[in-house]
Amino acid sequence: MAEQRMGFFTDTTVCIGCKACEVACKEWNDVPDDGFVFRATSYDNTGALGASTWRHVAFVEQDGRWLMMSDVCKHCTHAACLDVCPTGALFRTEFDTVVVQSDVCNGCGYCVPACPYGVIDRREDDGRAWKCTLCYDRLRGGMEPACAKACPTKSIQFGPLDELRERARDRVERLHAEGVTEARLYGEDPDNGVGGTGAFFLLLDEPETYGLPPDPVVTTRDLPAMWRWAGGAALALAAGVAVCFAGRKP
Amino acid sequence: MAECHPVGYQWVMEARERGAKVFHIDPRFSRTSATVDRYVAIRAGTDIVLLGALINYVLSNGLDFREYVLAYTNAATLVNRDFRDTEDLDGLFSGFDEETGRYDPSTWAYEGDVPEEEEPVEGGEHHAEAAGSDSYGARGAGASASPPSDPTLTDPRCVYQILKRHYSRYTPEMVEELCGIPPEQFGELAEAVTANSGRERTTAWVYSVGWTQHSVGVQYIRAAAILQLLLGNMGRPGGGIMALRGHASIQGSTDIPTLFNLLPGYIAMPHAHRHDGLDHYLEQEGADTGWWGNRRAYVVSLLKAWWGDAATEDNDYRFDYLPRLTGDHGHYATVMGQIDGVVKGYFVIGENPAVGSANGKAQRLGLANLDWLVVRDLMLVETATFWKDAPEIETGELRTEEIGTEVFFLPAASHVEKEGTFTNTQRLLQWREKALDPPGDCRSDLWFYYHLGKRIRRRLGEGDDDVDRPVTELTWDYPEIGERREPSAEAVLREINGTAADGGPLGSLRELKPDGSTSCGCWIYCGVYADGVNQAARRTPHTEQGPVALEWGWAWPANRRILYNRASADPQGRPWSERKKYVYWDGTKWTGPDVPDFEEDKDPGYRPPEGAKAQAALAGTDPFIMQSDGKGWLYVPSGLSDGPLPTHYEPHESPVRNALYGQQANPARRTVDRPENPYNPALSPRFPYVYTTSRLTEHHTTGAMSRPLPYLAELQPEAFCEVSREMAEEIGLENGGWATIVTARTAIELRVLVTGRVRPLRLNGRTVHQIVMPYHWGYSSGGVVTGDVVNDLPSIVLDPNVYIQESKAGTCDVLPGRRPRGRALLDLIERYRDG
Repeated sequence: MAEQRMGFFTDTTVCIGCKACEVACKEWNDVPDDGFVFRATSYDNTGALGASTWRHVAFVEQDGRWLMMSDVCKHCTHAACLDVCPTGALFRTEFDTVVVQSDVCNGCGYCVPACPYGVIDRREDDGRAWKCTLCYDRLRGGMEPACAKACPTKSIQFGPLDELRERARDRVERLHAEGVTEARLYGEDPDNGVGGTGAFFLLLDEPETYGLPPDPVVTTRDLPAMWRWAGGAALALAAGVAVCFAGRKP
Repeated sequence: MAECHPVGYQWVMEARERGAKVFHIDPRFSRTSATVDRYVAIRAGTDIVLLGALINYVLSNGLDFREYVLAYTNAATLVNRDFRDTEDLDGLFSGFDEETGRYDPSTWAYEGDVPEEEEPVEGGEHHAEAAGSDSYGARGAGASASPPSDPTLTDPRCVYQILKRHYSRYTPEMVEELCGIPPEQFGELAEAVTANSGRERTTAWVYSVGWTQHSVGVQYIRAAAILQLLLGNMGRPGGGIMALRGHASIQGSTDIPTLFNLLPGYIAMPHAHRHDGLDHYLEQEGADTGWWGNRRAYVVSLLKAWWGDAATEDNDYRFDYLPRLTGDHGHYATVMGQIDGVVKGYFVIGENPAVGSANGKAQRLGLANLDWLVVRDLMLVETATFWKDAPEIETGELRTEEIGTEVFFLPAASHVEKEGTFTNTQRLLQWREKALDPPGDCRSDLWFYYHLGKRIRRRLGEGDDDVDRPVTELTWDYPEIGERREPSAEAVLREINGTAADGGPLGSLRELKPDGSTSCGCWIYCGVYADGVNQAARRTPHTEQGPVALEWGWAWPANRRILYNRASADPQGRPWSERKKYVYWDGTKWTGPDVPDFEEDKDPGYRPPEGAKAQAALAGTDPFIMQSDGKGWLYVPSGLSDGPLPTHYEPHESPVRNALYGQQANPARRTVDRPENPYNPALSPRFPYVYTTSRLTEHHTTGAMSRPLPYLAELQPEAFCEVSREMAEEIGLENGGWATIVTARTAIELRVLVTGRVRPLRLNGRTVHQIVMPYHWGYSSGGVVTGDVVNDLPSIVLDPNVYIQESKAGTCDVLPGRRPRGRALLDLIERYRDG
């Protein structure tokens, strides 16, 4: 890897729900609109991350509290979407981010069920898979991703992942000291089911509250073991067959 | 603020991170409420009760910043013995005329200030008829420089005692009864505001149209001003009252105004029946003491900027060329003039009154009765397309083939397609470059007016007709750039800055002369082109200069970042505290990180000699230099149309009785009693709900700049209302379903968002439901998304000082389901009107 691993730290405690990230993302990446549907789910009318929504601001109304969180592709350390892609359209960049090459993608859709977060999706019209690129083109040009650039309150922070993790841990510590005991990080732990995410979050409630899986596991985690079991089974079968034949005296 | 000014709001978030305690007081739980320390829900239209109770809390607990109050405000000043307060007259001040609905303000004056004429200079009928009060945007009305006073603050006629008595019944209990704020929440707010004021700390108030769009709008702001003066929070870092503007450069459009009653720099527009010539006008408009004592220099320099060599001392500098007021020429009076057929033509520039102004039907009926209409905008806004798709076409009230209005739609350039300045809320001018040429026939407003002016002049030719001279003699020659002959915006800025006798750029407004040797398009902007440099274009990053950042853009006046900053030091000129050190006297001059808002060498010990004029009439301890007495006015002896002290009146349409006075609503409010503008009766059981209108982050004003954009439209695709669970249950509204909102004007349909963020208010044992409606939708505007017009619901009832409409508080009924169509809609409204 030529560069440091880069990522996002999204601090929901300072998110004001302005959705500048959603708009900046679409402007920069030329993502089409996602339909015009009044969903009557708080101030959220884009629903969820998908092929045409790469940043999505969730609004959670609780008693006396209104949580807002800008969700995005997690850019996993162990990225199942990448593992299952048969064409090599999905690849890991020099920034250790996961990107789909739309000119290579053949629309097979294997990546869609592979994502433990339900992030990547195919567009109905062209069939190809789309998701956040962490603004790969901007990064190569030495610029930060559009969403982070547009965020007015630094809720979305971009930088080297090591630095972001340290900053995030300090932030949680400070919030705890101020009595915000519910503050917690989500996704930053390298020992979690996806080996840590390149985009992680500071939340004020359980992940499920924001529509995030509480304990995501890379869906290809068990593949080696499955292959081992399959191999073992094949060997056992072969051995059995051999024994069968070995037992027969001419 | 998070909702409408997310970019500016980052600094509130940052302040919070640094320990500031932030309260949000709003009828609506918005994105701001979600991100502050404490949200305080309030019934729309009752803020003066809350602010008055805070004032009462300060006064009755002796928490005012006494040294500041004594030295810098008119607390000690004695008031005319004939003055009667609302406490004496059950909600009226002395001088009210029931017949005309107007006040004679003469008894409100300071002791010894006896009006010399029958018609008081700063008040009275002509003054009120033409929104005269509005011209005090940057100044106080005339009053004595040194009226009698009682520094012990014990005289019952001194302002301090009058104030105390006036607010004595504004108690936490009254706040609970009228605003719906529980006493413990009020206590927390009062404690925080007072604990964070004084020598060591300051508190700032931030407001927007939730405070202004009321029939007592001006007095809302006045109430905040009283509180801030009592707590010593004016002219000091971290203090003040900040008006958030509705969109880019609204501040600029009052400084160099698009208002009928003002000339550039808050100079009053002359009145046909009040002002004979320049001398008479200057004599009448403003005081001779305080900074406005220099007004001759500003007016003459303005006339020189406009009429150049044609303006000479002999001809009063062409003062007679200025248009004259004959009365109210405000927006709503204009619309009524259209309906009456008196107003024949209409320019609508970057506005969309068919959706944005109160009582949209009246707006559209006016448009339909014009001879011609010019609309300049980025999109085909509803104001330009009303003739084919207005709601009145559907109901049959208007028929396209019968509308005679000739509509000229002229496409405009957007802000990235032209150069110029934005002046934002803190008076900061920032120059922006043109990024690209406007497409096709789109042109800047500057191009439009300049070339329109040239064509008119060509038509007039060399004509000798006197009536044409104000146009033919106008200085109207800016360099034209490129094939499109775009006038140079920098040349205009240079003209606004002004030039000295030698033709060079002026450096400061202090160089302006009353003798015609200087010219200046707007005296408060003088200095923006100092040294021939576009000061508004400066962009030194904050990392390369101090926190006051004097080299980023340019703030009027004189690049001063905090107004009245003399008040950041004590009367002797020492900082009130090390922590709040700002501008101070170093023994020979005023200094500090900002430009001092004071004569730099004026000793704090200076006392004016008898008969001194202008700033020389103010002492070294008088920081509020625009006022005739240099004091912050807790009490306003003249200049306002509805009383010297803010008083709680219920909105014109309210479901609640005024618990403070027999007087229900502002007695001086302007009503428009016409068939196009029927009112819901106050306390009417047919209209039991309180509504307020609002904005969303995702859209801009009437949606003309956001609904055509898919990326914004998808984020908030449909017009909706927010209602509480309890209200939804009571009426049978379903989340995601439809509601029909009814007032005496019309009914509209909106999607329903049922939310726990809106809560019913408990007022004196009674439940009042509020409904919140963002107003961004309309029937066209090239919108990807459309919706009913929320501003069709409010009536036209106006604040008497500045004629702003009461669109932030009214009553309505709410029905489940969609509204009737066509004639059936009119029948529904008819049934409501008949009661």
